[in-house]
Amino acid sequence: MKEKIIRGKAWVFGDEINSDVMAPGIYFKESMDVMASHCLEAIDPLFAKEVKPGDIVVAGRNFGVGSAREQAALAFKELKVGAIIAKSYARIFYRNALNFGLPALVYNSTSEIKPKDELLIDPVKGELKNLTTKIHINVSPIPEHLMDMISSGGLMPFLRKKIDDGEIKVRKE
Amino acid sequence: MSQTLIQKILSRASGKSEVKVGEIVTCDVDIAMILDSGGPRKIWPRLKNLGVGVFDPEKVIVVADHFVPAADPQSAAILKLTRDFVKNYNIKHFYDMEGICHVIMAENGHLQPGLFCCGGDSHSTMGGAFGCYMAGFGAIEMTGVVVTGKIWSVVMDTIKVNWEGSFSRGVTAKDIMLFLAKKLGMENAFKAVEFGGSTVKNMSMQERMVLTNMAAELGAETGLIAPDKTTLEAIRLAGVEPQTNALSWKSDDDASFCETHNFNAENLLPQVAAPHKPSNSASAEQFEQENIKIDQAYIGACVGGKLNDLHMVARVLKGKSVSPKTRLLVAPSSKKIMAQAASDGTLEIITNAGGIILPSGCGACAGLGAGVIAEKEVCISSTNRNFQGRMGSKDSFVYLASPYTVAASAVAGKIIDPRELI
Ligand code: SF4
Repeated sequence: MKEKIIRGKAWVFGDEINSDVMAPGIYFKESMDVMASHCLEAIDPLFAKEVKPGDIVVAGRNFGVGSAREQAALAFKELKVGAIIAKSYARIFYRNALNFGLPALVYNSTSEIKPKDELLIDPVKGELKNLTTKIHINVSPIPEHLMDMISSGGLMPFLRKKIDDGEIKVRKE
Repeated sequence: MSQTLIQKILSRASGKSEVKVGEIVTCDVDIAMILDSGGPRKIWPRLKNLGVGVFDPEKVIVVADHFVPAADPQSAAILKLTRDFVKNYNIKHFYDMEGICHVIMAENGHLQPGLFCCGGDSHSTMGGAFGCYMAGFGAIEMTGVVVTGKIWSVVMDTIKVNWEGSFSRGVTAKDIMLFLAKKLGMENAFKAVEFGGSTVKNMSMQERMVLTNMAAELGAETGLIAPDKTTLEAIRLAGVEPQTNALSWKSDDDASFCETHNFNAENLLPQVAAPHKPSNSASAEQFEQENIKIDQAYIGACVGGKLNDLHMVARVLKGKSVSPKTRLLVAPSSKKIMAQAASDGTLEIITNAGGIILPSGCGACAGLGAGVIAEKEVCISSTNRNFQGRMGSKDSFVYLASPYTVAASAVAGKIIDPRELI
């Protein structure tokens, strides 16, 4: 999440969208781009084909329920989704998304967003503007204790920095 | 301050005398379990990139279970990479084709009350049957754990679920969980579920592990059961001496839970969950009336291919045969279970009835190995999750049930209440 403001079109999904439809097991052995090309195809065959860099996934409750597979979160990253807003998340999906530096924000009334609405998000301030309907909405920002990690761009760059700064002890290879 | 079991574990792991619900803590990880599917193949390139090794080769446990045995060159390459990783980092505990990870952890005495364990698989919650914290994380987060030996956690509230009384005929721990998925819903993130009551006390470890395994279906951080005599016996059976303070790992009598639910096991009927969610459950009796024909019956997975599960299958199948209109596939959860079931005659009963034995591993449970289903096919399965497309084609249908119900349905060729056949 290096560039702060995210702008893109909304892709709207319902409640309890699970990890297995985000990253189907039958493509587990394929490379990540192949896997991502099947992301959510069981519920919206156009999504992976037509989503544009920066677009925003808007979803209902318990988004990402199910498996620990990081490919579920990584598929959105691979498709260059700018951010996810959902009413709530399954815990492993939530942790995976943030660890990949993919902003996952919580917003209570996603019904105010329609497919293809143009959205503008400031994930640090927790602000969302629906440019299509001109509505301003508050979303809950990234939790404070994860801010450092998110602003480094995710867990890997964050670890790199900590290791280089000598802040964490590691075994050398 | 009185504390719940999970608070006590998180206090110890974070080096504090006590912790409050909602607090963020950094915990020392006692065991990091990683698998062929999201383990070395994801983590090794990241370690190379960082130029670091694993935090402790004795505390990182590797299990090859998802892609075993290799059915194509890609799976073979993933397994080879997993083996190379183990050699390269001198990993002490490597279980190669020995069985499904969560069962392997229990079989080999890795789980002890009070431990803080992370696993690269969502059903890692199964470990909580031993009174420890064990939860699932994605490979990216497991990379952090494997490098630093630490992880952050929110101190979670506990939902206490009590079951009293004994099961009626044909009802099992699996039925409890399918019932609870509907009752408590699948959205209990960042909460622990602690199971108690006389029903749970009287369960074997294999049954208790079904409860904690499927705490994942409740969306919980983990499931836990306070240790008792049965727990200690299971640890000894695995060849390890329990820690002297093992039985002290329990919630204080006056600990506060965010929710408490009390249920009576005597009233529970065999359950079935319809596609595509474990929470779509109702009594098998009701499904029987819908006359649902099945193309396949599947016994397997961490949750549903243990020795007692195979015994349930044999009890139903003894002297009967699988309907010619369907097929029954049975994948024992581990090599050891396979051997036990072979020597006690269970496999013979299953194969005489027309069942097909598959290798131990995750197999069709997550659509990775033998036994996946085609478009429009219907399967009834003793696995834990029936999300759309999980077992093969995205246009197939999976019903979840206990081993009794799966075996009885295999005999009938359609979904039935198992009580007629046992
Ligand atoms: S058997 Fe199924 S649920 Fe269990 S670890 Fe394997 S894929 Fe996951």
